[in-house]
Amino acid sequence: MRHIVIPDTGTAAAWREAARACLMQGLSPADIAWGSESSERGLFEDQPVSCAAPVRMTVPRSFVELAEAVCWHRDEDRFARLYAFLWRLKDAPQLMSDRGDRDLAHLRAMEKSVRRCQHKMKAFVRFREIGNRDDPRRSFAAWFEPTHHTLEPTADFFVRRFADMDWRIATPDLTAIFEQGALRLAPGHPKPALPDDSSEALWLTYFRSIFNPARLKVQAMTSEMPKKYWKNLPEAATIADLIATAPARARAMAEAAPTLPPMRAEKARLQLAAHESAWSGPTEALPSAIRACTRCPLHRTATQAVPGAGRLDADLMIVGEQPGDQEDLAGLPFVGPAGQLFDRIAQLAGLERSEAFVTNAVKHFKFTPRGKRRLHQRPNSGEIEHCRGWLDAERRLVQPKLTLALGATAAEALTGSGAGILARRGTVEQLADGTPVLVAVHPSYLLRLPDPVERERQTRLFEEDLRLAADMVRRLRAEAGAIRAAST
Amino acid sequence: MSGKTLESKLAILSDAAKYDASCASSGSTRRDSRDGKGLGSNEGTGICHAYAPDGRCISLLKILMTNFCIYDCAYCINRVSSNVARARFSVDEVVRLTIDFYRRNYIEGLFLSSGVIRSPDATMADMVRIARDLREKENFRGYIHLKTIPDAAPELIAEAGRLADRLSINVELPTDASMQAFASEKNPGQIRRAMADVRLRKEAARDVTHTGRKAPRFAPAGQSTQMIVGADGSNDAAILGESTRLYSSYQLKRVYYSAFSPIPDSSSRLPLVSPPLVREHRLYQADWLLRFYGFDLKEIVSTARDGNLDLELDPKLAWALANRAVFPVDINRADRELLLRVPGFGVKTVDRILSTRPYRTIRYEDVVRMGGMMKKAGPFVTAQGWSSGGLIDTARLRSRFLPPPVQLSLL
Repeated sequence: MRHIVIPDTGTAAAWREAARACLMQGLSPADIAWGSESSERGLFEDQPVSCAAPVRMTVPRSFVELAEAVCWHRDEDRFARLYAFLWRLKDAPQLMSDRGDRDLAHLRAMEKSVRRCQHKMKAFVRFREIGNRDDPRRSFAAWFEPTHHTLEPTADFFVRRFADMDWRIATPDLTAIFEQGALRLAPGHPKPALPDDSSEALWLTYFRSIFNPARLKVQAMTSEMPKKYWKNLPEAATIADLIATAPARARAMAEAAPTLPPMRAEKARLQLAAHESAWSGPTEALPSAIRACTRCPLHRTATQAVPGAGRLDADLMIVGEQPGDQEDLAGLPFVGPAGQLFDRIAQLAGLERSEAFVTNAVKHFKFTPRGKRRLHQRPNSGEIEHCRGWLDAERRLVQPKLTLALGATAAEALTGSGAGILARRGTVEQLADGTPVLVAVHPSYLLRLPDPVERERQTRLFEEDLRLAADMVRRLRAEAGAIRAAST
Repeated sequence: MSGKTLESKLAILSDAAKYDASCASSGSTRRDSRDGKGLGSNEGTGICHAYAPDGRCISLLKILMTNFCIYDCAYCINRVSSNVARARFSVDEVVRLTIDFYRRNYIEGLFLSSGVIRSPDATMADMVRIARDLREKENFRGYIHLKTIPDAAPELIAEAGRLADRLSINVELPTDASMQAFASEKNPGQIRRAMADVRLRKEAARDVTHTGRKAPRFAPAGQSTQMIVGADGSNDAAILGESTRLYSSYQLKRVYYSAFSPIPDSSSRLPLVSPPLVREHRLYQADWLLRFYGFDLKEIVSTARDGNLDLELDPKLAWALANRAVFPVDINRADRELLLRVPGFGVKTVDRILSTRPYRTIRYEDVVRMGGMMKKAGPFVTAQGWSSGGLIDTARLRSRFLPPPVQLSLL
């Protein structure tokens, strides 16, 4: 009877050497008592098995891989089992493919157990920082209690992953130390006291927050993260509480009454609407699309959206600010007091409104209720922005030769700026599409001016502006006619 | 942003991310940092570093860059009309968290998603910056999964694919009609175009140019998507039909099914019931049968009543019970295709049976050793010394497999 003691480190290689030597010498499994260093220290004298003649022995590659894993198993009989199977295998190499064989099934089960243990070590080792965060080479340490002797075969995984830092993993049997790029093994020791690590609190926060209390499946958790590992997993400390409070949290979610959307929701919706693509539907559907608009909250308080009206082949497009009280009720643009004033002055200036297309920069009426009246409110930039898509769609439809912008809102919608209208009035600016826009005040401005003298003056200027518009339209029409005539 | 601590931001933004089922870190290129010049490795197989009590694996740091969102998708915790707490990480905070967690071996990498803020391009650009900083400043070689924003500019998607291991975009609901009903601002056509784009880019990256130079890699772990189950009225046939289309059209690695779960501050338009976890499980089983067991969609749906899978039996067993003429299968003779149809046999069991058959006649207990679940498979197979004894033809066969009846609770 031979006693062979396999060391605790380099175990797989040592067993392989010893097994090969025994096989060479024809030692049957019954002739050998296998032992490991840790359990049999002092029991037997070391009897190294010498391999006299280095004859090549072939065993299936799959057995070598199997043995390399099984050697790290904690069972004392692992070496004997391996050798017994190897003994059978030397005469029947096909045994490795026979998944019905009892011995192989047992070894495969051991192998599976070792591989699982290795996998769980890769997963569940938790480092704590033991050095300074700002050190050029940071250092970490972990304490782990593997089921099998798996630190040595798994250490290289950590080398591959964490080569740019120093680390050590201590287990009761063995410690792996990686410093300055070199790995060494040292004896194991009892659980060390590792310093607190601030990231651990963040990790626990993450663990708690990523858990969904509505889908409690404790067994699915424990089958993959068995309780034996919990004592060295910092996050495991929160599990009991998470499980205990989960049903109540899930119930609370289900029972909570739906709440009203926060203020932010409206703002975001506006922002989203601004990204919406321009109108691409058929011409005749545009007015109804405008009437159905909900891009901004104005639609909730207004009676209806008021699309533009007039000739679709008009040379002049007149853009006002927004529908007023009357327009909102009638669904038609420029029918209220300001519209009537516009009509009166336009007649004096020789501008035919019936030949123009009249619309507003903003299609819904914005107001504040005051008793029985609705006080007009100027639309803000966001509202102008949301409605600009409609204005652009109308402009593409009509393709006016001249646009008349009445007031700051129209100017902003058309040119991007509504500032300094009194300075800009009577001047012609270029739009992005190359067509001219004439800026004028809004007729409601004239209605609101308190000083009769100033009102008189501004009304005259407005009349001049409309006359200019009428002249420009005639000129542009004539030019277009000349070009058409020349081309025929 | 307001004075929220990193910890409270993490709480908000991981809570906001947990409804994404995917946490896979597998299937990418193998790489390590043995050279000491970087951090991290990827060895092909994923590692689950922890499990939450919901049974889900925690492999990645799964967070949202921000949970502010301009969309109002009814099923989503982060929809604009929800009153959940909001937060936003800076690029540096995400980078630092990822590295600090990774160095402590908490995670395999980062799964970054985001609500859509300002514009799709701005959001995607920030996400790409995080991935770029991780890869290029921190030399991070771990796993990165980026959620792409459908409308984002092509050059951002191209860079995302270069930096990340996996890209994904969620189709969320199985039909365009339910998308219209619950996420009207999202455009299903656009989502499909985005998946098509990722597929084309990935295929282009596989080509070798005429000079023999390889194109830069693109999302080596492929793309995946997620469908919510039980929020709308779609039945399992519709869901599996859609996922079959998705797998074939865009070469997806995975379609994740996520049982619609009550969310804090839920929309009144959605069912407030406990999530249909069994249904979700059956869908995954059916998905596997379609991809790895040679089943055809029609075969699986044929056993479904009203287009829904049997909740009491797994779909393979349900199919076997409905197609008893195929059985019993002789373990010692049947070919691979047929063995794969036996309830209780997985791909591994079948491979073991096939590798053993040349050397011995297989007995009942051999199959047990090979990992076959004979309690389930028994009536459907014959082996040396084992015959199903006409069990296959008994009317009560189905009831053998049902869970034991439970006494109704009085309360």
